Amino acid sequence: MPKLTIDGREIEVEAGTTIIQAADQLGIEIPRFCYHERLAIAGNCRMCLVEVEKMPKPVASCAQPVGEGMVVKTNTPVVRKARQGVMEFLLLNHPLDCPICDQGGECDLQDQAMAYGADKGRCQEGKRAVPDKDYGPLVQTMMTRCIQCTRCVRFISEIAGTPVLGGLGRGEHMEISRYVGAVVSSELSGNLIDLCPVGALTNKPASYTYRSWELKKTESVDTMDALGASIRVDTRGNEVIRVLPRVNEDVNEEWLSDRSRFAVDGLKRQRLDRPYVRKDGKLVAVTWTEAFAAIADKLKGLAGSKIAAIAGDQADAEAMVAYKDLLTALGSTNLDCRQDGAALDPAVRASYLFNSTAAGIENADALLLIGTNPRKESPVLNARIRKRWQKGGFKVARIGHKSDLTYKYEDLGDQASVLKDIAEGKHPFFEVLKNAARPALVIGQGALSRDDGAVLLGLARKLADAAGLVKDGWNGFNVLHTAAARVGGLDLGFVPGQGGKDVAGILAGAAKGDIEVVFLLGADEVEMAALGKAFVVYQGSHGDAGAHRADVVLPGAAYTEKSATYVNLEGRAQQTRLAVFPPGEAKEDWRIVRALSDVLGKPLPYDSLKSVRERLVKASPVFAAIDAVTPAAWGAAFGTEGALSDQALVSNIDNFYMTDPISRASKTMAECTAAFGGGCNHKHKKTGTHG
Amino acid sequence: MLRDQDRIFTNLYGLHDWRLAGARARGDWNGTKEILAKGRDWIIDEMKNSGLRGRGGAGFPTGVKWSFMPKTEGVRPHYLVINADEGEPGTCKDREMMRFDPHKLIEGALIASFAIGAHVAYIYIRGEFVREAEHLNIAIDEARAAGLLGKNACGSGWDCEVYVHRGAGAYICGEESALIESLEGKKGQPRLKPPFPAGVGLYGCPTTVNNVESIAVAPTILRRGAAWFAGLGKPNNTGTKVFCISGHVNKPCNVEEEMGIPLKDLIEKHAGGVRGGWDNLLAIIPGGSSVPMLNKQQCEEVTMDFDALRALRSGLGTAAVIVMDKSTDLVRGIARLSKFYWHESCGQCTPCREGTGWMARMMARMTTGDAELSEIDLLEEISRQIEGHTICALGDAAAWPVQGLIRTFRPELERRIKERQAKTRAA
Amino acid sequence: MSDMTHEPASFAFTAEYQAKADAFIAKYPAGRQQSAVMPLLDLAQRQDGWVSRAAMEVIAGLLDMAPIRVEEVATFYTMYNRKPVGKFHVQVCTNLPCMLRGSDDVVAAAKAALGVEFGDMTTDGLFTLSEVECLGACVNAPMMQINDDYYEDLDADSTKAVLEAFKRGETPKPGPQNGRQFSCPAGGPTSLTELTFQTEKA
Repeated sequence: MPKLTIDGREIEVEAGTTIIQAADQLGIEIPRFCYHERLAIAGNCRMCLVEVEKMPKPVASCAQPVGEGMVVKTNTPVVRKARQGVMEFLLLNHPLDCPICDQGGECDLQDQAMAYGADKGRCQEGKRAVPDKDYGPLVQTMMTRCIQCTRCVRFISEIAGTPVLGGLGRGEHMEISRYVGAVVSSELSGNLIDLCPVGALTNKPASYTYRSWELKKTESVDTMDALGASIRVDTRGNEVIRVLPRVNEDVNEEWLSDRSRFAVDGLKRQRLDRPYVRKDGKLVAVTWTEAFAAIADKLKGLAGSKIAAIAGDQADAEAMVAYKDLLTALGSTNLDCRQDGAALDPAVRASYLFNSTAAGIENADALLLIGTNPRKESPVLNARIRKRWQKGGFKVARIGHKSDLTYKYEDLGDQASVLKDIAEGKHPFFEVLKNAARPALVIGQGALSRDDGAVLLGLARKLADAAGLVKDGWNGFNVLHTAAARVGGLDLGFVPGQGGKDVAGILAGAAKGDIEVVFLLGADEVEMAALGKAFVVYQGSHGDAGAHRADVVLPGAAYTEKSATYVNLEGRAQQTRLAVFPPGEAKEDWRIVRALSDVLGKPLPYDSLKSVRERLVKASPVFAAIDAVTPAAWGAAFGTEGALSDQALVSNIDNFYMTDPISRASKTMAECTAAFGGGCNHKHKKTGTHG
Repeated sequence: MLRDQDRIFTNLYGLHDWRLAGARARGDWNGTKEILAKGRDWIIDEMKNSGLRGRGGAGFPTGVKWSFMPKTEGVRPHYLVINADEGEPGTCKDREMMRFDPHKLIEGALIASFAIGAHVAYIYIRGEFVREAEHLNIAIDEARAAGLLGKNACGSGWDCEVYVHRGAGAYICGEESALIESLEGKKGQPRLKPPFPAGVGLYGCPTTVNNVESIAVAPTILRRGAAWFAGLGKPNNTGTKVFCISGHVNKPCNVEEEMGIPLKDLIEKHAGGVRGGWDNLLAIIPGGSSVPMLNKQQCEEVTMDFDALRALRSGLGTAAVIVMDKSTDLVRGIARLSKFYWHESCGQCTPCREGTGWMARMMARMTTGDAELSEIDLLEEISRQIEGHTICALGDAAAWPVQGLIRTFRPELERRIKERQAKTRAA
Repeated sequence: MSDMTHEPASFAFTAEYQAKADAFIAKYPAGRQQSAVMPLLDLAQRQDGWVSRAAMEVIAGLLDMAPIRVEEVATFYTMYNRKPVGKFHVQVCTNLPCMLRGSDDVVAAAKAALGVEFGDMTTDGLFTLSEVECLGACVNAPMMQINDDYYEDLDADSTKAVLEAFKRGETPKPGPQNGRQFSCPAGGPTSLTELTFQTEKA
């Protein structure tokens, strides 16, 4: 542990630490443009020059490892002069268009120019103009503003694993560019915007719509996939302008997927902003009272067994527990939160969690992917797997549809029988897992939602036991969810109770007339045609498939409009925060259920968010540990034995850009679909999705 | 004057057969096995004792550089990389060695590889030297066929392959870490140091990078002994050196001479003197475009070695002597060099990428006097803003000629500006 | 970087060039095949006269590189032509040592003989004229490179003579055009005169 002195303050740091990192630890600010702690060191901007005793020239603090007894000075005349020089050079060809630049107000170059810039330029020569590049519908380029720091090039190559950007040409004529034959089709491309220290890469859909200082910032959690990335929702008035990632080392580091970032225009489109009741075949706008009355009419005298509820992919835990309690009060046990019919076993929590945790997957040394495309199902989690792969000593194999995951893997074909062979030790990859110190598997919803999903789950369990995936301090059994609601729903027991029907049963019952009323809580992916003549109450935020089928529509809140709890795929309970109010007459979802329960004469015993959350904790202690992973015991066996289908294993996500009511309503996501294509499963056509 | 029998590059002018038979007749490949048999430590000590300083420009002792390599080969193989990316304006010595004495280089490559524990040597030759690369490849094939290279080279028990890798037009690849990047198939952008190549070089492995001349003289040094080489030249500046004398001399040429030869002697004895006589001399760039120029007075006495030239705030560099007589438009000359560095800046780091172009544009205006007097100081300041702030030395190399011009010929810059201003006023 | 109008739809190495490419790849350690990108770009240029996008993609495939990495290399080094050039690429050095020895005259003579400016190709597609940085033949300045050969110790007349010869379909002898022995002082050596070697070939 070398000890060094920076600006007279002593610090002891780990060997291999760079000066800039040591200074950061001390809270001594060293300006930087090219340096980024998650990217390879480039050392090219030269803004971070500092003086080090006994070194003849100023050194780049981002690249210089500390040495024992080193004496560093970050604020001397020599350092200031060097930085002023660099700043002058950077501004030489940088346009002075800050007043119309979207980066204005949150621009590193602008900030540092305040400290190191001169009041006027000394250069008589003309400024360089660089043609803009087409990076697709998400990232706006203004390449004249580029300062060639190469953060974007490094991110897209190193983190995203889709090397399509590079510095072309040489010297003053070097331009950051996209390979002409390629598209910037990374699912993580929005992070380029955050990384760009200037306004060369900006948020295209939000171009010229805001000034950063006008925005109200609300810290929240993403619900567009099951990872639950930490986000910041930037709003102006009652409008969500943009969503940015927040640093959360355990979950998303500081990355966010493009859908999570750019589908926000979908929050303003196709919104359900008032209740509707179907009259003479048409949905007619009504008051809340009329809507509730219509439901009460229908339920009057109806046996509980004829009532059912299905929770969708973005349902929050508060709303789900409220519905569960309401249905219980109505005498129904027909509940399911697995609208895709996935064979997830609510009885054994470890059977449906990503047990290794997102950060923990970086410790795995062998990985089997089963019926999953993590790149499309959770791009940020996939970046973790890639990060692990880049370190080497990590064998990955995949049973499923072949596609580019941004890291190399052994393709084991797409047949479920391969999993059986591995589980039974008849396949060479069994030995790979068995001999690994921390072996892991990831099974996707594409596998679990098949007819033989329970068999696959059973085989995965068998493999985990046989190959030692679960051992002291390590659980490498991972289920990759795509729905933010799913783990919460399972944890609180939004599943069939005694004698209750699951999704398939509910649909079959509805078709036969055994089920007469179905509540859809944001469930838009069930086969609506299968609901037969059932009376459908749809509660949700968007006019998607469910609302179109509904007899009564109850307008709910989207995730940016409520304080709500979600449990991510790791089993980490997290809470969104209200950033804007729901539109029109739409309401926070649990409150709708609470109000309905009064009308139905079965008042729920909670009136405040606090009390409904206390109810959640009673349902599961998971909800008491906000932001922490509640680990699960490996426990009893799960899954079943049986015959396997010879259908190809594929991901449940066909079009990454359109997976849910919000992204399906988003124009930006439609543009991405057109630009980059959906179809990671190519010819495979999923039913029930509306992409 | 150096005696012919003390000259190493005996086919410098291509008067003799450059192929294996001719090379052997001139003593190459003579007793190589015995040299190798004396072992790595002996070779490195002998090289250290010879006092040979790197001939690529920096003048770092070659034997010491070799000694930086790990003593034993670990998991990572060692590499020798020979820098034949000769491109410093004024310099054209490696070219002659490679096309007329290729076996000296290849024999040197074997010995140096052995000494640093490498089994593979790459010769990175500038892409434009197509014919020179052809000669090297032929010489390598000859040496392999004769058992001098390859498995059990020269019967030494040491396996050694030498490969030629052609560059493609980038001066910056003469910088050793840029050269390594280029050899790895990337843009030739210098690396951050540390780490240094001896620890992390080609493919992340321990690597020694040496100039062609440094490697090519090694076999002769080892055959004739360190004492012989150390006995030539001056203390700390030993041995012989190939000088390139270009510009305003009567007979531009390459010539191998003793280190420390007086500059005036070098020009008068070998290059036929300054065009129009010594008194017609204006200035000399003594070590390639990157070193500051000397005025006539400095040229009178200075000797051609690292230390003497350094004392005059210039440098021996590649020993490329560019002579300029009084007819020279010195401002235009330096402006041309500024344009060169601008063209050759790799674009990686800010001061060089942005600063070289600014300097070049100002220098172009200085040529015609289309500038303000205050811009002379600005120009000087810009050069200081580049110098010492870049990843590699190209920034310094771009800055120094400009600084040298301002230091030595400021009145000329002022005269042009004033003259032009007067003309503008008159118009 | 370049307009796409001249880009061909596809590229393939001929059998002969593919064999050369394989030989280059074999010079580098296993897994380090990216090192061969420069030789392969050179081969592609030798085959087609320039480096097309299609060629870069083929090379990227051969070397398991992202195409952008190949394009970075192809646009960084000045010897790769990213658009077609004439059959004879005439590159005149104008750097300081050549300038001092009269490269202005060589430039003027070349422009006059070919009827084009720097960066242009003659209408018959025979010549492209370029300004080039120091080519490392400074004691034989001024000089120009035509394809793989250096023509040295030029003046206006010899420049014109060389280019006219190319126009006639001849290949003038490369090297000094004033009768000099390579980099030896004109008129004969001042060194290396006393040595004789035993098995000297004629």
